[in-house]
Amino acid sequence: MSPSRPAGVREDFAEILRLVQPGSRVLDVGCEDGELLELLTRERTVDGQGLELSPENVAACLAKGLAVVQGDGDRDLDYFPTKAFDYAVLSKTLQQMREPRHVLSELLRIADRAIVSVPNFGHWRMRVSLMTRGRMPETRALPDPWWRTPNIHLCTLKDFTDLCRSLNLKIETCAALTAGKPARTFDPAGILENWRAETALFVLSKA
Amino acid sequence: MTKAAAKSVETEDGGTWRFPANRALRLDSGARLAPLEIAYKTYGALNADKTNAVLVCHALTGDQHLASTHPVTGKPGWWDRFVGPGRPLDTSRYFVICTNVIGGCMGSTGPASTDPATGAPYGLTFPVITIGDMVRAQAMLIEALGIESLFAVIGGSMGGMQVLQWAADYPDKLFSAICIAAAPRHSAQNIAFHEVGRQAIMADPDWRGGAYEAAGVRPEKGLAVARMAAHITYLSEAALQRKFGRELQRDGLSWGFDADFQVESYLRHQGTSFVDRFDANSYLYITRALDYFDLAAQHEGVLAQAFQAARKVRFCVLSFSSDWLYPTPESREIVRALNAAGARASFVEIETDKGHDAFFLDEPQLDAALKGFFSAGAQARGLK
Repeated sequence: MSPSRPAGVREDFAEILRLVQPGSRVLDVGCEDGELLELLTRERTVDGQGLELSPENVAACLAKGLAVVQGDGDRDLDYFPTKAFDYAVLSKTLQQMREPRHVLSELLRIADRAIVSVPNFGHWRMRVSLMTRGRMPETRALPDPWWRTPNIHLCTLKDFTDLCRSLNLKIETCAALTAGKPARTFDPAGILENWRAETALFVLSKA
Repeated sequence: MTKAAAKSVETEDGGTWRFPANRALRLDSGARLAPLEIAYKTYGALNADKTNAVLVCHALTGDQHLASTHPVTGKPGWWDRFVGPGRPLDTSRYFVICTNVIGGCMGSTGPASTDPATGAPYGLTFPVITIGDMVRAQAMLIEALGIESLFAVIGGSMGGMQVLQWAADYPDKLFSAICIAAAPRHSAQNIAFHEVGRQAIMADPDWRGGAYEAAGVRPEKGLAVARMAAHITYLSEAALQRKFGRELQRDGLSWGFDADFQVESYLRHQGTSFVDRFDANSYLYITRALDYFDLAAQHEGVLAQAFQAARKVRFCVLSFSSDWLYPTPESREIVRALNAAGARASFVEIETDKGHDAFFLDEPQLDAALKGFFSAGAQARGLK
């Protein structure tokens, strides 16, 4: 954990804060009300830009002095120039994209590194829930029933690392996130990790 | 240029700036315009560092009377709601400047001004002007006021187009730019509506080929019709329906062509009150300037190239969901070009049923977004 981690910060934000180099250019895709961008601006003096779907959230970001464009990660990434950022952050929303593969490759066209977190459908809670109930799992990481979930492209840790390999992306760092606990760095090839990591956060670059 | 040159007819809160006698305004058409006067108003005070100046660019039928009583109509300024002490554009913090565009009719040189060659009003001998020409004239005034860099340039509709032109032509003189309900070019539909307005003016027998002033008449009917047609485009269908529906002026129909419906009466009022404060030839020239506006065309057809030098400018682009004059996709195109140019851009579409004119009206989301944008910018610029 970073010694400068402010109290009460979400565990994934704290990990991103630790990973981002001070003074870098950051694009936050799906930045919501700008909490992470504000944190990065304050603690790491980054030059931040956000992309966010909800107009209320964009207005909240403007009031915080953040540069945020109302737009859609599925459609609007194509308009950003190549290598415009040092980092592109996509926090827990890749599984909600219509074209995750395209989005992932766009992130690494726009930025040198992508910081992506995804819920792991291979986590033991998912497996046990599906096995014992015979229904789509509803867990603390993925609480919605199947008919209401925004998560249309769920994957397991193995699925995600396979996709990275097929896109020729290098996994620089990989950390397991669990609500309320500090992030734990792990090796994605580790045998038990696909059972253990509830949410995984990756730093990716082009191999 | 010396400061003294700027002091022609200057009062504390603005006045009329006369170009130095040896200078002419170079126009995009190739013509040169001299002599030239720019009428402007200021609100608030310029700080010692001259870093708190905000230029507000007005729309087609606006003028420099932004936040003070209009001398002709006696009504509050057109953006009084937004500009003033404690308001989103806070005049206790910023020095706000608003100029009447060239070609206008509230004191800046336009078709009603005297042509030095003939001693008579220009009329149709006035050269065709562009948005770029309007901005070039503004930049000369800003320079004459001793301001090297504007804290912000802001405008809606045609004002927003001037903002884009400022960013393209004078990026080093801008700290931030706010473009509201505008477009990077005039569409076929935009041009079509303007052509209806111009034809209405020219069809009025009192227009006299533009030389109505010498004949002591005014093409009031034509100008009123132009305004009525344009006014429909400023409102959304939903707003018009909500305001008027099929409500009648009196009990029952007249079985004739009086203004039976409230919406007719409203439009007629818009038309007749407009002619009191606006010049028909100015309307022709300014609508032409809008129709000629195409920022990408000035940069080899690539809009992003217009903003290549404006990467350090903080942009805020706003659109209204029910604006069908300059709909949201036009603003998105601007934003995508800004992103492609690597500029620092914010964009939000404000949900409202009030149509294009929403930026004049009470729109809390607009105020909140801009208040935040201004104060964040002020902090970054080190303004108190």
